[in-house]
Amino acid sequence: MQALVYLAAAVTVLPLLAILLYLLKQGATALNADFFTALPQPVGESGGGMGNAIIGTLILIGVASGVGLPVGIGAGLYLAERRSTRLAMIVRFLADVLNGLPSIVMGIFAWELLVRPVHHFSALAGGIALGAMMVPMVTRTTEEMVRLVPTPLREAALALGYSNWRTSLSIVLRTALGGIVTGALVAIARIAGETAPLLFTAFGNQFWSTSLGEPIAALPLQIFTYAISPYDQWHAQAWAGALVLVGIVFLISLAARVAVRHRHRAED
Amino acid sequence: MRVAGAGVGDRIYDWVITAFALVIPIMLVLVFAAVAEAAWPALRSFGFWFLVSSDWNPSAGQFGAAPAIFGTIVSSALALLIATPLALGVAVFLSELAPPWMRQPVAFTVDLLAAIPSVVYGLWGVFVLVPLLREHVIPFLRDTLHLGATPLFAGPAYGPSMLAAGVILAIMVLPYISAVSREVLSAVPRSQREAALALGATRWETIRDAVLPYARSGIVGGVMLGLGRALGETMAVTMLIGNRHEISASLLAPGYTMASLIANEFSEATGELHLSALMAVGLILLVLTFVVNALARWLVWRTGRAGGAP
Amino acid sequence: MATATDVRPKLDVRDLSAFFGEVSAVRDVSIEVAEQQVLAVIGPSGCGKSTFLRCLNRMHETAPHARAEGRVLLDGRDIYDRDVSAVAVRRRVGMVFQRPAPFPTMSIRDNVAAGLAASSAARARRGDREEIVERALQRAALWTEVRDRLGQSAMALSGGQQQRLCVARALATDPEVLLLDEPTASLDPISTQRIEELLYELRREMTVVIVTHNLQQAARVSDATAFFLAGSLVEVAPTSEMFTAPRDERTEAYVTGRFG
Repeated sequence: MQALVYLAAAVTVLPLLAILLYLLKQGATALNADFFTALPQPVGESGGGMGNAIIGTLILIGVASGVGLPVGIGAGLYLAERRSTRLAMIVRFLADVLNGLPSIVMGIFAWELLVRPVHHFSALAGGIALGAMMVPMVTRTTEEMVRLVPTPLREAALALGYSNWRTSLSIVLRTALGGIVTGALVAIARIAGETAPLLFTAFGNQFWSTSLGEPIAALPLQIFTYAISPYDQWHAQAWAGALVLVGIVFLISLAARVAVRHRHRAED
Repeated sequence: MRVAGAGVGDRIYDWVITAFALVIPIMLVLVFAAVAEAAWPALRSFGFWFLVSSDWNPSAGQFGAAPAIFGTIVSSALALLIATPLALGVAVFLSELAPPWMRQPVAFTVDLLAAIPSVVYGLWGVFVLVPLLREHVIPFLRDTLHLGATPLFAGPAYGPSMLAAGVILAIMVLPYISAVSREVLSAVPRSQREAALALGATRWETIRDAVLPYARSGIVGGVMLGLGRALGETMAVTMLIGNRHEISASLLAPGYTMASLIANEFSEATGELHLSALMAVGLILLVLTFVVNALARWLVWRTGRAGGAP
Repeated sequence: MATATDVRPKLDVRDLSAFFGEVSAVRDVSIEVAEQQVLAVIGPSGCGKSTFLRCLNRMHETAPHARAEGRVLLDGRDIYDRDVSAVAVRRRVGMVFQRPAPFPTMSIRDNVAAGLAASSAARARRGDREEIVERALQRAALWTEVRDRLGQSAMALSGGQQQRLCVARALATDPEVLLLDEPTASLDPISTQRIEELLYELRREMTVVIVTHNLQQAARVSDATAFFLAGSLVEVAPTSEMFTAPRDERTEAYVTGRFG
């Protein structure tokens, strides 16, 4: 029996190693400086890259964070500080359920509300769809981190004459900040790789674009388009894009872990 | 902990965080409303038949979601079938059997699986998994194991298939089931293990008879969470399932899932009814995943509260 | 009941009762604390002395389902009056808790000055921030140990130092009354001694109420002592009398160590 368990562990680790190996091999060969700075080229033309898609992903992350972080942190504060009210219990449950909804559904939601009425795809719609996905994630991690702040700290602040809101913001939130940042980074890593919602909102763009009102390119979208195309040249670019995307996601996840360790050190 | 007689600052703060908290239930309502609104024309035209008809013919204005629904269920079931024993194995390995130095790296690796974007799984699936299945695994299953005689493995195997989708979903869903199972297993109190050991049970017997049953409903919750994920997975599936409106008994045949159908046909939808039909599929998916997730969360929550006793 | 004085007491507690939900923790306590006096509050575990203390700066009500009834007059004005904000009370009545609770994300300097950020009036005094910090640290007998590292994290200090930091933090806002809830319970003897010396000197500037389970400490630092039992005030007297000739037999039993 024990052997089976060890086998299970080995079989689980295998795909990850396989994927990473292929990514490195296929992606690295297609990766060059051009990739980061050039626009997508038609098949047959040399050069070409996903520079616009990389910028696009960064812009989408920015918009999503601008929407998702304040709402998520605020809601998390509410859940932590008004723990046992009926609204808190409902919100907590619904946040967990929202977390599990397919991202494509969030794309449809953003499409119906932000794209269809104006007959126009936009980076803003994409950013908001991603931001909406971030909200329940950030809410729950913020709640957990704020709850970890020991009660004596709150009491010490109140005893100094701090009002409730000042205690919550300048003492409690500040103390929990490391953990909250970690949670935010994890959420960002999650949405950075999302494709489905962008199919209906950001839609993709072959050119440089930073305007929020226009469709915008994004790394996952570009990878998808190239991967399902019949051209080898584009397949190679897809691998390169995948390598960069996974690289970005891993970097953000790493930063999240560093933030955790940093927080622990500050508390020793 | 709050002060009586709060000042203006406190009232504003209260109001702001309550408003932000309200965003969540409001957002959920809006999601349902938006999808339902987009789906309404199709639902009104087809009614109940939409769920059971296999006829998807945009030019004739006929839309039936049965193949997509079928494909969603089959691919997810296959994924769970493969992933659950593996995930449980890993969870048991990490929480009971692994030497301490191995725990962190292996746990880290499994969690890393969850960080890989769906489209990257799809890419790898198209260029690595599908050829692998076609050239090695399927011949093995069909000929060596003689499973080709069964309807499950009948028919030609060109590439994208239900099997490929099921396998990739299994890999994607594994870390979620494993993470929840790990948590639940480590929450089993020492007393349970010690009682079994004191009665003379071996390590494995302890796990099987004392630890696992205690964690059962939590593990089921984790599996349902994985199911929720599998049902809604889009990109990897749409790249590996073949995208054909077909109900087949064979795992080697192409098919459709609800999510991959929407993703695949959205940009080329011909006309309002087609779009609305896609959105109706989205509504079915939404309701299904909502129910599964709510159930899963309730199960996990219940385990946490009651201490997990079966 | 009160110590002999013709002036209005700094704190005048009248029929104070405190509850956690339905459970009564303090029952009908009436006591006067004279200005610039150190009052020690003693009693066995669970007698309500900490709850009583927390009623004096309206911290009690911050606990879930907690409420207080009765009046607590600070310079003749009831702090539980409808028009009085708890926040305003706490700026005049400072508190040091049993376990040191320095703010972990702040430096030593910022910790001490934390109370100055609490209100616009306090912030106005920010100009002399460095002076205020130094003075508070000196009074808390911590200055010489930290003068070269004010920018360091407060968490780098030892337990005893952290507690003195918390005392400095409370002093920096110049409170009129200082409440201490078993401040040296988790400290080493040297830190304990430093804090006791501080308390002894503080009486020249402010009124102090200290809850302690250490009878020798009560005897060392206080002018008057109050003995609590099961939520009620049994006896209050000048310290010397309390320990040599207590009037109530329960008090005698406690101070002679027969229970507690």
